[in-house]
Amino acid sequence: MRKLLPYLKGYEKESILGPLFKLLEACLELIVPIIMAAIIDTGIQSRNISYILSMGGILVLLGILGLCASVTAQYYAAKAAFGFGTALRRDMFAHINRLSFSELDHAGLSSLITRITVDINQAQAGVNLALRLFLRSPFIVIGALIMAFTIHVQIACIFAITVPVLGLVIYLVMGTSIPIYKKAQKKLENVSLITRENLTGIRVIRAFSRQHEEQERFQGANRELKKLQILAGKVSALMNPLTYVLVNAAIILVMWQGASVVNQGGITQGEVIALVNYMTQILLALIAFAQLIVTFTRGTASAARVNEIMELTPSMTDQGNQPQNPVPGAPKVEMKDIDFFYQGSPEPALQNISFTAMPGETIGVIGGTGSGKTSLISLIPRFYDIAKGVVLIDGRDVRDYPLSQLRGKLGIVPQSAVLFRGTIRENMQWRKKDATDEEIYRALEIAQAKEIIDSKEGGLNAWVAQGGKNFSGGQRQRLTIARALVGNPEILILDDSASALDFATDAKLRQAIAEKTSGITVFMVSQRVFSIRNADRILVLDDGKLAGIGTHDQLLQTCPVYREICLSQLSEEEVKQA
Amino acid sequence: MNRNAKDKRKETLLQVIHLIRPYRGQFILSLFLAAVTVALTLYAPVLIGDGVDLIVAPGKVDFNGLIPILWKIGVVVALTGLSQWLMNLVHNRITFNVVNDMRTQAFAKLQELPLSFTDSHQNGDIISRITTDTDQFSDGLIMGFAQLFTGVITILGTLGFMVSVNFKIALAVVLITPLSLFVSAFITKRTYYMFGKQSEARGDMTSLVEEMVGNAKVVKAFGYEDDAEQRMAVINERLRQYGQKAVFFSSLTNPCTRFVNSMVYAVVGIAGAFAVLAGGLSVGQLSCFLTYANQYTKPFNEISGVVAELQNALASAQRVFDLITQPAQTPDKPDAKVLTDPDGTVKLSHVYFSYTPEKPLIEDFNLSVSQGQRIAIVGPTGCGKTTLINLLMRFYDTNQGEILISGIPIRNITRQSLRRQFGMVLQDTWLKTGTIRENISYGKPDASTDEIIAAAKAAYADGFIRRLPQGYDTMISQEGDNISQGQKQLLCIARAMLCLPQMLILDEATSSIDTRTELRVQQAFTKMMQGRTCFIVAHRLSTIKEADKILVMKDGHIIEQGRHEELLAENGFYSRLYNSQFAQVKRS
Repeated sequence: MRKLLPYLKGYEKESILGPLFKLLEACLELIVPIIMAAIIDTGIQSRNISYILSMGGILVLLGILGLCASVTAQYYAAKAAFGFGTALRRDMFAHINRLSFSELDHAGLSSLITRITVDINQAQAGVNLALRLFLRSPFIVIGALIMAFTIHVQIACIFAITVPVLGLVIYLVMGTSIPIYKKAQKKLENVSLITRENLTGIRVIRAFSRQHEEQERFQGANRELKKLQILAGKVSALMNPLTYVLVNAAIILVMWQGASVVNQGGITQGEVIALVNYMTQILLALIAFAQLIVTFTRGTASAARVNEIMELTPSMTDQGNQPQNPVPGAPKVEMKDIDFFYQGSPEPALQNISFTAMPGETIGVIGGTGSGKTSLISLIPRFYDIAKGVVLIDGRDVRDYPLSQLRGKLGIVPQSAVLFRGTIRENMQWRKKDATDEEIYRALEIAQAKEIIDSKEGGLNAWVAQGGKNFSGGQRQRLTIARALVGNPEILILDDSASALDFATDAKLRQAIAEKTSGITVFMVSQRVFSIRNADRILVLDDGKLAGIGTHDQLLQTCPVYREICLSQLSEEEVKQA
Repeated sequence: MNRNAKDKRKETLLQVIHLIRPYRGQFILSLFLAAVTVALTLYAPVLIGDGVDLIVAPGKVDFNGLIPILWKIGVVVALTGLSQWLMNLVHNRITFNVVNDMRTQAFAKLQELPLSFTDSHQNGDIISRITTDTDQFSDGLIMGFAQLFTGVITILGTLGFMVSVNFKIALAVVLITPLSLFVSAFITKRTYYMFGKQSEARGDMTSLVEEMVGNAKVVKAFGYEDDAEQRMAVINERLRQYGQKAVFFSSLTNPCTRFVNSMVYAVVGIAGAFAVLAGGLSVGQLSCFLTYANQYTKPFNEISGVVAELQNALASAQRVFDLITQPAQTPDKPDAKVLTDPDGTVKLSHVYFSYTPEKPLIEDFNLSVSQGQRIAIVGPTGCGKTTLINLLMRFYDTNQGEILISGIPIRNITRQSLRRQFGMVLQDTWLKTGTIRENISYGKPDASTDEIIAAAKAAYADGFIRRLPQGYDTMISQEGDNISQGQKQLLCIARAMLCLPQMLILDEATSSIDTRTELRVQQAFTKMMQGRTCFIVAHRLSTIKEADKILVMKDGHIIEQGRHEELLAENGFYSRLYNSQFAQVKRS
């Protein structure tokens, strides 16, 4: 939490005044029993009506002042907490945008999402609570203790003993029950895991008629959960009764001692009542404090998780890079002797790779899953930095380009076809912010996606739901291809982007790219032989190494891995035919 | 509409009562304990007041009277603690037992539901009903009810005590009460509105973050970072404004309650002091009143919170009961046969089927398969190739017509014995959390190690399993990242190999796995298929061409059937599909 405190900057006033007003309110509250004692001892004893009324007036006044003070405190706390959360959210979002792919892989995208949403909210709630209440409870406890001492030192000793004992009881109960609750949470996750498994595997389970066993497995997990929950419940069930008994035992002692002292003239009857009141106030404050700690620990844990991300430093920067001019006559893309490792992995993802792609060429990339196809094409936009060798675009090292210039040359179609919430037009303008409808339609036509727009009401203004869920997989793929083509990229990278298309559409798409985009260099990753068969050159990857490079016919002759892939997809005669 | 909702709520309440019925004894006990606790809690201040009255002034302390009162307080306090503790324990028991029952029921229902239900509902939704909603229900309804009950009797008890001691002061307190209600109603209304706005903004924030962070790689690939940050800033500011207000308003509840409380306290103080002067009240009784005044508004506050919680809990309960009361699949006929040793023939005669009545899919479909034949099902993605599997395995029932296995209509066969006659390998390779051994022997839990290894060998899986650090005892985790997709497929095949029946249902993988494993999968498939009747959802041309019959599907309909050559000669959809794969692309 402490490391995130700078985010309260700009809210110093609120962060200090908030707790101060809270203290003021607590002070006012502590005065009440004294006033009441005065009413009883002075007002009633001397039958002084105007004294009673004026003291009563003070009570009302204290109430009003207390309200004002605490409303002010709440306002400052809310303001500071949200200022904190907003600034943190903004910076974390920007920070994530600056992280490179290595850090993103390392942190995990879904975990980043939770941290920026749930965790920041928790931390924000923690700050709010801390500013509002963290000082109040201890202050009331200590204040009540001090007031008790001002009334009578000997009786106050009962207070001095009761408070630590109460604290200890609360600590023990919570210290025992919280770990059990945490364990129960794990068991709950288990219950939900079994449920999920039963839903995803429902066909297999029924095919093997294992419903009964699954039911037993679930009941077992559920019973374990129940046991822990009941156990935790048993422990926390002690909290209220124990603290209640303790405080009232102390009250009995106070009255017993008080009786002797009153008898000797040490204190008055009203003061005995005040002491009893203080004891009750202490109990309420301590219980509130215990609940507070639970929320606050949650907030601190969240803050720590947020901080973990904020402390990641981007491993890649393009600061100070100058825009590069192409070297005349150089290949469009060239890789020389590349070795590439993913962060934290001892095994290279790519090893010893060299090839060139001339402007206008189509390069096919094929290989099994995990052979390094996606890794290879991720190096062209410099999503990752390589350990050895060099990646050149237009004859210049990708590390010398400003990232915006480099990526501006590329049209990338990622493996998962994601669209974003908004209109189709907004989605199509991702690569080129001011693309005209004409440009967009041209791209859609090449991507075989024009019919999708024509069939949708509103055309380019048609709404895209989150993730593009209102489009089918094939439609999404074509739209993401179109998105990459808007604004005429120099290099088009298709990462297995036609997998959901039927063969006919796939063929038409390739034909359109070939015919309608002159001069564009295309990288086409695919699992399907016939998609890349006609490429000018095919890179065959096997376990991170280049197993072959050449045209379909050449590779059939020379590259056993390629031949194996072909044979697994086509029959012998088709391989030859093709 | 409104009436309907009311009926629905009534129905839910009845179901809740039914669910709690086994615990009615404990429930009544807990209410009784709550009443005892409240009564004792209210009695203690009275006793303390009595005690205070005996401590008047120097030399005027009645020790003889005081000691028994202090003892009495001690006993009352001990009893309060005891009954409160017991009440908590009973509550606990009821709550967690009811959740447990509810979950068990819901899960049991899951095993009986027709697949049409699970196919049409999101997994996440069903899971949250079984886990979160049940929790919410028990927390909210049972705890909420207890709190409500305690709150109401505390208020009534306090008023009763006050009236019995001094009517006038009690009246003064009652007059201030509406102030508390008014304040809390005002705050709730403002807060509700602002919280609505806040959760709207928060929802927008979450979906933006999910999109932009979840697809951070696309964002970077397109250099969209700045735009994303600008969009974020707008929503962030909106969230700040509404959130700050929502939190501020909601946090007013405490100060306002304390304020009302202090007003009650002041009034009781002044009115009490006058009453003492007038002789209608002792100082001790005044102190007792003051204690009450301190506690009086608390239950009001709780009750307003509890009402919202109860409504939530009821909504959760409704969602769970919706699941529990779903109609189960039609049970097996009482005289259903147990199918053993089928002859491998399958016949579909005049079968009609559709998932929804408005969209007829399979109409008057006839197919006759003899022992050992291979049927390939082909068609573009999403054309409904799994429909036939659903019907054969009786995951869904036909609307009309019969499916006969070994000449027996499958409606007259127990589901269990029917399904045992099919070996099934689906494309989504489902494995359960557990060891490899447990997964392979899933269909035959008592299989010996030798049998398991033999099945793994037949599926070409033995090699890679042995290379794993724990061999056959390697745990398959939920993410399953310790073994590859292709290896999972091999395990699924081994699972089917272990108890290999006469008929097979195979689903070829589209997105291919690494080439070597892929070859193994094919070899394993070939081995399995030998001499068996097979239905294959096919993607590979070789499989298709070797099939005895090809069923061509499009948009859920079976549009063509026949052998490869026959279909090509027909020059229909199949031939177009086949030829499109050979479309030549030439660079212009």
